[in-house]
Amino acid sequence: MRYAMAIDTKKCVGCSDCVVACQTENNVPMGFARDWIVESVAGTYPRVEMEIRSERCNHCEDAPCVRCCPTGASHIIEGGVVLVKHDACIGCMACIEACPYDARYPHPDGYVDKCTFCIHRVDKGEDPACVAVCPTHCLHFGDLDDPNSDVSKVVAERKWKVLAPEAGTKPQLYFLM
Amino acid sequence: MKHTSRRDFIKITGAGAGAMMFARPTIKAFSQGGEQGDVHPGETLTRTPTYCEVCFWKCAGWVYKDKEGNIQKIIGNEDDPHSNGRMCPRGTGGVGMYWDGDRLKTPLIREGKPGSQKFREASWDEALDLIAKKFGEIKEKYGPESVAVFSHGTGGKMITHLMKAYGSSFIAAPSFAQCRGPRQVAFLSTFGEEVMSPERTDIRDTKCLVLIGSHIGENMHNGQIQEMSEAIDKGATIITVDPRYSTAASHSKYWLPIKPATDIALLLAWMHVIINEELYDKKYVEKYTYGFKELKEHVKDKTPEWAYGITTIPPDVIRKTAREMAHAAPAVIVHPGRHVVWYGDDTQRSRAIAILNALLGSWGRRGGFFVPEGVPLPKWPVPDYPKPKRTWKDFYKDQYGLAFEVLTSAVCDLSIPDPSRDWDIKAWLVYGTNLTASLPDTNATLKAIDNLDFLVVIDTMPMDIVSYADVVLPECTYLERYDGIRTSPHRVPNMALRMPATEPLYNSKPNWWIAKQLAEKMGLGDYFPWKDIEQLLDWQLKKVGSSLEEMKRVGVKLMKREYDDLYFLNGEDYEFNTNTGKIELYSTDFAAAGFDPLPDYTPHPEPPPGFYRLNYGRAPMHTFSRTANNPNLWELRKENSVWVNPKVAKLWDLKNGQYVWLKNQDGVVSSFPVKVRITERIRWDSVYMVHGFGHKEKQLTRAYGRGASDSELITKVAMDPIMGGTGMRGNFVTFLTEKPGKEVAS
Repeated sequence: MRYAMAIDTKKCVGCSDCVVACQTENNVPMGFARDWIVESVAGTYPRVEMEIRSERCNHCEDAPCVRCCPTGASHIIEGGVVLVKHDACIGCMACIEACPYDARYPHPDGYVDKCTFCIHRVDKGEDPACVAVCPTHCLHFGDLDDPNSDVSKVVAERKWKVLAPEAGTKPQLYFLM
Repeated sequence: MKHTSRRDFIKITGAGAGAMMFARPTIKAFSQGGEQGDVHPGETLTRTPTYCEVCFWKCAGWVYKDKEGNIQKIIGNEDDPHSNGRMCPRGTGGVGMYWDGDRLKTPLIREGKPGSQKFREASWDEALDLIAKKFGEIKEKYGPESVAVFSHGTGGKMITHLMKAYGSSFIAAPSFAQCRGPRQVAFLSTFGEEVMSPERTDIRDTKCLVLIGSHIGENMHNGQIQEMSEAIDKGATIITVDPRYSTAASHSKYWLPIKPATDIALLLAWMHVIINEELYDKKYVEKYTYGFKELKEHVKDKTPEWAYGITTIPPDVIRKTAREMAHAAPAVIVHPGRHVVWYGDDTQRSRAIAILNALLGSWGRRGGFFVPEGVPLPKWPVPDYPKPKRTWKDFYKDQYGLAFEVLTSAVCDLSIPDPSRDWDIKAWLVYGTNLTASLPDTNATLKAIDNLDFLVVIDTMPMDIVSYADVVLPECTYLERYDGIRTSPHRVPNMALRMPATEPLYNSKPNWWIAKQLAEKMGLGDYFPWKDIEQLLDWQLKKVGSSLEEMKRVGVKLMKREYDDLYFLNGEDYEFNTNTGKIELYSTDFAAAGFDPLPDYTPHPEPPPGFYRLNYGRAPMHTFSRTANNPNLWELRKENSVWVNPKVAKLWDLKNGQYVWLKNQDGVVSSFPVKVRITERIRWDSVYMVHGFGHKEKQLTRAYGRGASDSELITKVAMDPIMGGTGMRGNFVTFLTEKPGKEVAS
């Protein structure tokens, strides 16, 4: 099993619903977020291009945050989801420095926090909160090892890219182009 | 190892993660969250139905509460055709309205002279008694028309019912003259029907969506965004006409970066191509329309070459896009937009859009405009309203002939004493409309307020307007109250219930309770014969085959369509509700009222040297000026910025992120500085900002002083002679890089 997410940049409008839905689903403290929107603009008026992306932890297969964690708090569970054991985290923030995606934040309660792919929902057969709420249906989630999953289908059919491939972390967020 | 490429981009939401320090750097040894890292995963939550009031789309959803009864989250109702189970960021963030500690908490009465900022807390009885007494005095002395009402949103219905019973005829809403009035009048005169809300656009099944000044995606009209996304999946062509590279433009096959204020020229050229190349729907035009010959003659010389010189859109692009539309027809939508009061000729602009749709045969066709159907909820019988002695039309006999709602500007004007009249408006009751931001020219609104004897404001938040009130009534949020059943017409007739998820916080009360209490104190109890709103709703619901009990369980109930006419113009005989019984390409209404029966392009003023046209719009996570303080939504967008083209920035030596003050053509300076955003997405003759920021009320602790208010910079208003719309895009601003002195800012 290999959980992954595909983000359709052709449909995302950058409304940030994924951000709020994550915050209310996961009790993310005010001032922090586990996912965010990036707009990148290229060109000169009127020849302009823009890509809008909903970003979060890439749940890397070769995760530098896990490798550098001195206590084993950062770890990978079945399905490839990268998680943090709150009570084992000493808040050293090495993982925050190691992450090429800037995906982690220091929770005010003293541990490092990040996207969990809403594994508590996924275990019940639901989509992550961001996927379930997205008005444009631009987020696809599922098991890449299952060729019939939503995410497998779009990744097979569409052109995609990953972010910062040069970091060599084998990220599992696919941006459809 | 740190990857910093994101600094090249604008990260628009989500707090910076890595750079933040621990707010409380202690290690919690036994955190409740297990390895999944969540505080409440798997916790059983209870839910109650609601429909959203953060904007007018009114999406139905479920409010979830934890074991302690705290509101936790709001999730869309799967059966709801407005939301299809997915709330937008504002609906999801609606919880913030409930939790906002800055909410109005108890009734307030102004102490001392008018204009003093001192309020004292009062009981509901005292506050309502005072209003009943004052309104009674005004009625006796000047007549009940001397109390004007401004209202917006669902809750306004109970308040306007009360004030109609009282005898007021000046009941205005900014949603007409400051928003979609031109579209309403134009489509009524053309098709005999309105576009309605939610819009009857069949975006889901369209093959070509033309957005001309409509920025779906930045305006977060949930159902439309969902359908646009579906249309993209199905391969629809999107054509976006916008001087700014909008989000929709970035998802479009064609982006036409039009010169501002020239839309009508482009629309006429499109008509020219479609008629000239015989691309229009001939059978449809022949059977259903009136005035084709006149239209053909009218656009004969409106060639793409002619329009090029005006719009800066190359002729081949105009031709190509016209052909794309015709190729997709009738599954094509030239979108009517929503906020369409720009240059004073906006009804004619909306008419041009309506005519273009008629030529393409999209009205009443799949992928064009469908026929919505609502649920006819009966009204509880109450006495007739008293007949008013005066209406606003009495004072504007030869003006704004096709306006069919009270103009907010008329209410403001009639509130300022004038020797030519022997009667003035003396008091306002303002429900849920922050007039200093929702009407243009804030100073003109304040001048009208200065002349009032009495101002009552009902709101959930201490919006700017509140500080001018004599009595402030705190309403509870939509999450804590019942309101009328939502029956907005749609493809499938449907009803949605809003019920309280929890008891109101503080000493706030629902609008239906406020209206009924006031009615009883004003001797108008006969108009509110129900015991409470539950009795009223249950009575209404039972008349249409449901009940309050059922609606509490399902939240949304879908009904059967009475008529099988979702798409109705496929050759059937049909009589339109117009003078000629046809779709009027040539408007007999306009001709009779003395207006051009066919739309024409008129040039509008250009920015003076050193000034830039002030364009404004929306951010998807905010509604008007009302959500700026919502803690959840504030997190996403705390302030607006002024978009500046890099060429202009270089000229002024502006840096990205620098704060500047804006000064308009009349010397008005923004109260607060606004952040510069240098971007290629905006033309060099314009600047752009999101509406709804720059709040002056200090009690809005998060929103106060953040960003600039476009409303206060819009001092020049181009009135639409047809229906009184307030054109607001003819204002120009320049940059002040240093804090202006008091004498400049006056």
